[in-house]
Order: sequence, then structure tokens, then C-alpha cells
Amino acid sequence: MRILVCVKRVPLTGGKMVLTDDAQALETRHLGFTISPHEECAVEEAVRIVEAEGGEVVVMTLGPAEAEEQLRDCMAIGADRGILLETQGEEWDAQATAGAIVEALHSEPEPFHLLFFGNESADAGGYQVGIRVAHALGLPIVTGLKKIDLRDGSVRCERDVGGPRDVYEAPLPAVLTVLEGLNLPRYPSVPGRLRAKQKPLARTAVSPPAAQLEKLRLIVPEGQGKQAEILGDGAAAAPRVVEVLQELGVA
Amino acid sequence: MKVVVIGGGIVGNSLIGWLAELGWTDLVQVDKGPFPNPGGSTGHASNFIFPVDHSKEMTQLTLESMRQYRETGTLHECGGIEVARTEERLEELRRRMASAKSWGVEGCRLVTPAEIKELVPFVDESILLGGFYSPSVAVVDSLRFGTLMRERAQAKGAQILANTEVKGIDVEDGRVRRVRTTRGDFEADVVAIACGVWSPRLAQMAGASIPLTPAVHQMIDVGPVPRFLDSKTAVDYPIVRDMDTNMYERQDGQGLEVGSYAHRPILHDPDEILSIEEAALTPTELPFTQEDFELQLEHGLELVPEILGDESVGIKYAINGLLSLTPDGLPLLGETPEVKGLWSAAAVWVKEGPGVGKSLAEWMVLGEPEIDLQSSDIARFYPEQRTPQHVKGRAAEGFNKTYGIVHPGEQWESNRGVRVSPFYDREQQLGAVFFEAAAWERPHWYEANAPLVEEYGVKPREHEWDARWWSPIINAEHLAMRERAAMFDLTAFCVFDVVGPGALDCVQTVAARQMNVPDGRVIYTPVLAPGGGFKSDLTIMKMADDRFRVVTGGAHGMADMKWFRDHCGPDAWIEDHTSALCTVGLWGPRARDILSSITSDDVSNESFPFATWKTVGVDGLGVLASRISYVGDLGWELYVPFEHGAALWDAVWEAGQPHGVVPAGIGVYGTTGRLEKAYRAFGFELDQDYDVVEADMAWWKVKAEDFVGKDAHLAAREREPAAVCCTLTLTGNTRFPLGREPVVREDGSPLIDAKGRRSYVTSAGMGPSLGKYILMSYLPPGDHGQLYVQYMEELHPVTVEVVGSRPPFDPDNERIRS
Repeated sequence: MRILVCVKRVPLTGGKMVLTDDAQALETRHLGFTISPHEECAVEEAVRIVEAEGGEVVVMTLGPAEAEEQLRDCMAIGADRGILLETQGEEWDAQATAGAIVEALHSEPEPFHLLFFGNESADAGGYQVGIRVAHALGLPIVTGLKKIDLRDGSVRCERDVGGPRDVYEAPLPAVLTVLEGLNLPRYPSVPGRLRAKQKPLARTAVSPPAAQLEKLRLIVPEGQGKQAEILGDGAAAAPRVVEVLQELGVA
Repeated sequence: MKVVVIGGGIVGNSLIGWLAELGWTDLVQVDKGPFPNPGGSTGHASNFIFPVDHSKEMTQLTLESMRQYRETGTLHECGGIEVARTEERLEELRRRMASAKSWGVEGCRLVTPAEIKELVPFVDESILLGGFYSPSVAVVDSLRFGTLMRERAQAKGAQILANTEVKGIDVEDGRVRRVRTTRGDFEADVVAIACGVWSPRLAQMAGASIPLTPAVHQMIDVGPVPRFLDSKTAVDYPIVRDMDTNMYERQDGQGLEVGSYAHRPILHDPDEILSIEEAALTPTELPFTQEDFELQLEHGLELVPEILGDESVGIKYAINGLLSLTPDGLPLLGETPEVKGLWSAAAVWVKEGPGVGKSLAEWMVLGEPEIDLQSSDIARFYPEQRTPQHVKGRAAEGFNKTYGIVHPGEQWESNRGVRVSPFYDREQQLGAVFFEAAAWERPHWYEANAPLVEEYGVKPREHEWDARWWSPIINAEHLAMRERAAMFDLTAFCVFDVVGPGALDCVQTVAARQMNVPDGRVIYTPVLAPGGGFKSDLTIMKMADDRFRVVTGGAHGMADMKWFRDHCGPDAWIEDHTSALCTVGLWGPRARDILSSITSDDVSNESFPFATWKTVGVDGLGVLASRISYVGDLGWELYVPFEHGAALWDAVWEAGQPHGVVPAGIGVYGTTGRLEKAYRAFGFELDQDYDVVEADMAWWKVKAEDFVGKDAHLAAREREPAAVCCTLTLTGNTRFPLGREPVVREDGSPLIDAKGRRSYVTSAGMGPSLGKYILMSYLPPGDHGQLYVQYMEELHPVTVEVVGSRPPFDPDNERIRS
């Protein structure tokens, strides 16, 4: 089984977002980076499948040179190799990103049986890249998945629809976009970390095509701010706490 | 007193609790974050304590902190082992044994690899040579302790405000007046900044500086560890410090925490720390930079393969935690020299926090802490040591020394050459080897004097450690001085004048000895702390009724200057001449011949006796000559304005050639010369722990006037001293202890005086004219049998040459008064 997982390097933010002076991006000078929880589950799922069935997990990203860090993180928990489509650091829209991924897949020696994406990226949240890649490759796609089972030559997928679940079955190869909660991703072990340093990583420089979308500026929406309500002090607060717990339906 | 304590980490909490305990009632504590973890370094601290440090002050603060943690039930003793992978480290662990005994840390012992394995079964002992086991190593709950201290203060009426950010600190007439916060203004007589990595920013609001830099300490937590699943406590096994890789491994519940001081120094700017809202975790838990930790993973894997090699054990938490680093690695405590009433309680780690809180509270409320904080006094820095360049340079250099093997003589490499005397070029040409003091470059010895080594038959030291940062040239320079004459660069002296109608009142209050003396006198005097211990020792020249010139050592000069300024009334003030005057010291039997050949003024013993000063003419220059000596020989300190320095040096040098003058370094001035004369040094023999009688320096009559520490001093004169500063010599000259080693009996047991203080070597160095290696130490009275100094886990026999201050060389001081 050959599985591709596409991930995106995104800033690890706190509660308050700060924009750069030109309002074109998040101020990330003092932030760390990660991949989205959806993508963490995608990598975990791919690694579990290959651990059970054999094969290869390839993790791919489009991003700046520093995105190697995220590829190594994925390799530390079991991905076998990485592909970095290296940009100059500019943000690409979904269409361009999907195009570059499809282009890169042409140079892979063999096609993949499964292509995993997170349901949406943690920063831009466009919900499009997986769908666009599937469309370009003419593959079936199922989105928003919470459960995946491989059968002979096909994949059974479940997605939450609020209560019951929709179940889909798709022939392989297929594109799947997944949601956090699909599984519980493992932490990297120290040997895993050390192995990740040695695993192959291919870098290909990519240049952005003429943008189809133009970003004017980012705006941080007026948040609700912190809405802390002090329920009381000491034992006297107990009745109000019970009330709140009942309102929340946990008591 | 209205007090505002800013900061709710381990330091602020300890301080507010102790201030309340000592009876201050008008207390406010603010922190911009929530309690119990407002987001500073305390919140992510690893919370373990290894008590033994080579510094007496730091060990005392740590032991006091452990006492408080234990008393509040927030301490869990688990033991700890510092392990050695190299022979050099084993030697360092032997030094640790000496420090443990000197400072009274009980139960420490060296352990074999097999014993380490028995104590910590998950290490691979095959890569280890041995270890230093401290059974009292503990893990503490610093957040819980902080809460208890806040509650203690609250119970006594203190106002505690979380989520309250300081927006400004108002200063009027040099005094702090109020703190402006997001919850209103608070009038204040005393403001303490206990803000950890943010402290510089707060100090700046008041126009003061707290010279520290936030720096990264990397830490990961792995788990669950199969071996720990049935653990009964959070830490069942001793904590391991893998000293040679600058790492530690400690159990934390079902996990193992691995921390490092090995990576490149990663320094931050206090202004760039994210706010609580912006930070993904807390503001001081920065995103982990994996690339800086790669090597550490490999090292960790080598030492604890059972855990870190286990594929099922995941890295669950990894941070770049911020902590505070200072230029010299020591805390920043005390009132800031810039603003009265503004106190620094910064650069303190969890292991010292409660002790620092108590000590600072004592200092504020009682005027003097029980533990001497002279090394940590924030007043110690010169402006040159407060610059970002200095702070960052030294912090970066010091970071990797956290677990390093630091020789007592080790010199800093960064930001050197900052303060140089007018003789610097001449000294360079003479091959001076420069050591640094208070940012000054001072020749420690001169390679140009190498031929003297053979001339005087000085032997090298066999052992590399004993010979490091040392040269036999020092002893040769010393012998040349005693036979001929030597000239010294003493420009690093801190020199300031107390001026004005109230000058006499100020110096009388500060100095223990009588200062109402005729013009032209030079008085060497102790400066006492209120409790009668030493605050400093220095010389004062009486220039005029309204002018006294204070000359003190460079290292402690800034703190001394603050102490005098603090005692200036409205009609006295301080003029700092440190950077205006340079100093040549000229001593030796030929000194008078040399000086008289370049001046027409009378420098005979009759007209220019010891302990006086005069202005003499040299080549048209007015030279202030002060006849005093710290090397115990005939001669003078010669002061001129900086711009005349080179001319003075050249004049003395030229005139000295027929008399065989040599340049000599601080190796002679600070060690060999003074030790032969049993002259005590501040910070070594003299500190707050010992009084004048114990130092055997009470040979002067107590004046009628009041002075700081007088009552305590009079009381000390009335009682038998619990210990007396003695001159010892080493019987065999094979190894050369460098100071701070314990003095013990034949069975290795320590000498403990009636006040509970242990005997240790306060200073050590050769006495070349005596042909003996000298050690100074306070010894309790009585016969202790044969005594030894414990050095590198060997006992070296010593002889008590002199009990008290009588000099072993030239005991009647004939030279100095000749």
C-alpha cells in the first residue's frame, strides 16, 4: 500500500492573533509552527495502515524551506520519506497548491493507492486542496472522515452528520480528507526522532503561477474577548456551579 | 512602609510572605497573570534542587530555601547523582565533595558506577566512571509554596492582585513613589521587582536597570515509562545530572523529564516576550526548536537507553523554557543604585527563591539579611557591565558553564578590553597576561619576566589543575619585588570622594575607625554591617575637612559607593573619580630610591611617614602619593589624572631601571604579597559572617562617635571569639589547594565553631619569600590535633603558623615602615 499524506506548515498561535504591519499575514516572528490536528490524524492513519499491511507512507508539503521541520515531525512518527515543494515563503491559494501537488505526483515512480489530506488547513481553511487534487487526477474523494476501513481494493469511510453517520465506499486509488478524532495520534519516540533525521527528503523548488485570487488584507475579527464569569467564592458557589453543569448537560 | 511587590512567581511570593512575617502590613502584590501560575519561569521550572554549589552564598540560600520548602510540606527528598563520563569530571566531583563539607551539606558521597546502577536502575552505568551522590536532593512544589506564602501575607492583610499589569513606576526626587497599574495607582515607599525575565522592562519604567537576559533552557517530557507505572511518588528514583553532556534526567510521575544546558545559547529580549493572550502555552514556554536538541537526544539515549530507547515512550511535551541569566551567573538582589526604594529581586531560580525572599525581606525590614548577599548585590555592576553587549555576551558564555567545570581562576572571553588603563600599551609590550576585574583589564603577570623564574629558581606546579590560570612568573615577580622593587597597575581601584560640609559625618558613620584626623592621613578601616560583620574594608585619605577620598577594590567598588551615598546627609555628596585617576603602585626596598630620583620633594621616612599622603612633583606632574601597602613593603600608590598616566609610568620605569624594577601583576598584589603579610581580603576572609575580633583586626581604639555596627562591634570585643582567622601552611608542596576547601581533623571530620560555622580555606597561595604555601582559615579555639585540608578527596597536612593577624613575613613590619 502506497500512501501520500499532504500537510501544511501553520503557525502555532495562542488566543490572540497579531498581524504583520501590512496586514498580509500573521506575525509569526515569535511563534512556533505545526500541522493541523486533522493532518496529524491523517499521518497517524497512514502509518497504521502501512504498519498493518506494509508499503510506504510519503508525506508532502508545499511551503518554505523551514517546512522541513514539519516533514521531519511526520517522519518521526513513522512516515518513510518526505517531499518538500519549496516556495519562497509566500502564501499560495488552493488552486495553485493543488496544481503543484498534481504536478509533483507526475514524477513519482508509482501512483499512490491513497491520498490523505486534512479536511481543511488550520490557517487559511479553504477546504479545497484535496478536492481539487482528486478532480485533477480523476479520482474519487470522500471528505470529513471520522473512520476509515480498508477492504480488498476499496475503502469504507464514515463521516459524522450529527448523530448517525454517512458511510461511503470508494474504490482505490482514492483521495480522503479527514477530521481530528479519526484516531489518537501517537507521540514521537526518541528513536523515531533520531531515525527521522536520516530519512530521505526531496526538495523541489516551485514558483507560484499567476494568482487567480488576490488577497487584499487580513482582518482579525472582533472577538468576544475573555468571557469569564465568577460563579462565587468557596462553598457558597456550589449551587451556581451545579446549575451551570446542568445547563451544560454534564450533570 | 507602603510596599508593592511586582511579580507572583517563587520570588515575589516568598518576599511578600516574609515581609508580612517580619511585621510590615501595608503590602500589595500584583501580577499580570493569573494565580497560581501567572506564566513566568516558575510555572515551567523543573523544580529540583541540588544543594551543593562552590559558592558559599548560593549554597546558604539554597539550604535556607530547602528548609522552608520542607517546613511547608512542599519538598520531596529523592536524592540526586551528578554522574561523570570523564576523568576530568570525576576530579570536579571530588571538588564538589570539598564544597559540600565546607558549606555543611551532609551525607554526600562519591559512588561507583555499580552503586549508581543500584540507585538508578535504568541508567547504562557502563558509560560512567562514577558519581557524586547527594541524598538531600529534592523536588519541590514551587507553585504550592508560593500559594502558601501569598496566603500567609493575605492573612496579615496584604492585598493580592492577579491579572493586574503594571503600566508605570513613578519616581520623584530619586525615590520611588507609586506604581501605576491596570487596576489603579498604588502609592509606595518600597517597590520590589520580582518579575523574572520581565524584570529589565519593569526597572526601565523607573529609570533603573536590571542587567539580565531571558535565555532558553530546553526540556522534554517523555512517557508513559513502563518502569514508572507503579510509582508510589512523583519521584521514586534519584535525579541524574549527566554533567558532561550538560543534561539532566528526572522521573516525573509516569514520565521522564530530560533537560539541557548543552545547546547553543538562545537569548531573547524582554520586550519581545509574547503576552499571555498571544502565547500558545505560557509566555515563558516558547516553541521547542528541535534542531537544538538533536545531539541531546543521542546523549540521553546513551545514558538511559531503557527509557529513551523504548519505541512506546513518546515525547509528550517539549519546550524552550525561558529563564534569567546574568553577566556573572549570580542573582540581582537589593536596592537599585539608581532609585531609592526600588528593589531588585531578580535572576533567582526555584532552588534559591524562598531563601532570597527571606533574605530580601530581612534586608528591607531589618537593614541586613542573615545570609550575606554581597555577591548578589545588584549594586555591584559598573555602567560597563550593564550594557546589552556585556549582559548578552557574558550570559551566552555563562550558559554552557551551568554544568561546566569552572576553574576558580577562569577568565571570561567575551566583551573584554572594555576598560583599560593608560599603561595598557606598555603592559602589552611587556607580555602582560590580563585578568579582568570589574570590566578592567589588569596584568596578572608579565611574560617579559620569564627570565626571573630561572633567576629565582621558581618551580612549576606539576598538576595541570593547580597550574591553570597561574604562572611561576608570579612568584618570581614577588621575589624581585622583595629584593628590588616592583611597579603595579592599580587603576582598577574604585576611587571616590565624599565631599561637602557633611562629609565628615558620612565617613564617620560608615567607617569603623576614627576619621576626624589631620589632613594628609591615610586610614585603613573596616566598614561594618549593622550586625558587626564586614560590609567592606578600604582606605580613606583625609584631603580636607570637607573632602575624604575613598579607595577601594574594583570588584566591590560600586557597592561601596552606594553604601557611602546611602549615608550622605543633605550636605554631603559623592564624586566618582574612578575613571579620572590612574594608579601606579611602587613597592620594594628600592622604592624610595626610585621615587626620590624623579622628585625633588622629600620622601624620606621622617617627612613622609607610613599611612600619610602628599602631592609630589614628578616631571612637572602633580602626583598624589599615598604611603600605604597591601604587599607589605616600602612604597607608594601614585595617582595622576588619566591623561598623565603614560608619562608617570614612563618616569617610574626609567628611574627604576638602575634599581632593577620589574613590572608585577595582580598575582603578586592580590595573593602572594598579601598572604605573606596575613592581610585579609574582602569577600575571602572578610564577609558579614565574621566580625572584626574574629578577623583579629581589632587593634584600633573604638571611637566615641557613632558608626554603623558599633553596638555589635563593642559586644564582639567583650566576648571570646568563636573562631579566629589564622595563617596555615601546607606541609608538603605537591598539590596546591585553590581556596574554599574544608579544614578537617585526621579522621576527616570538619571543624565547627560555637556559631555553627565550619572552617574552610578562605584564601590560598604561595608565600615565595617564606618558601611555603599559605592557607588562611578561621579556626575555633582549642587543640584540634593535626589538621588537614581536604583537596580532591585527599587530606594534606597543614601547620598553623599564626593564630591571628601577625604576619608570618616581616612580623614587625620593619619594611613597610622603613
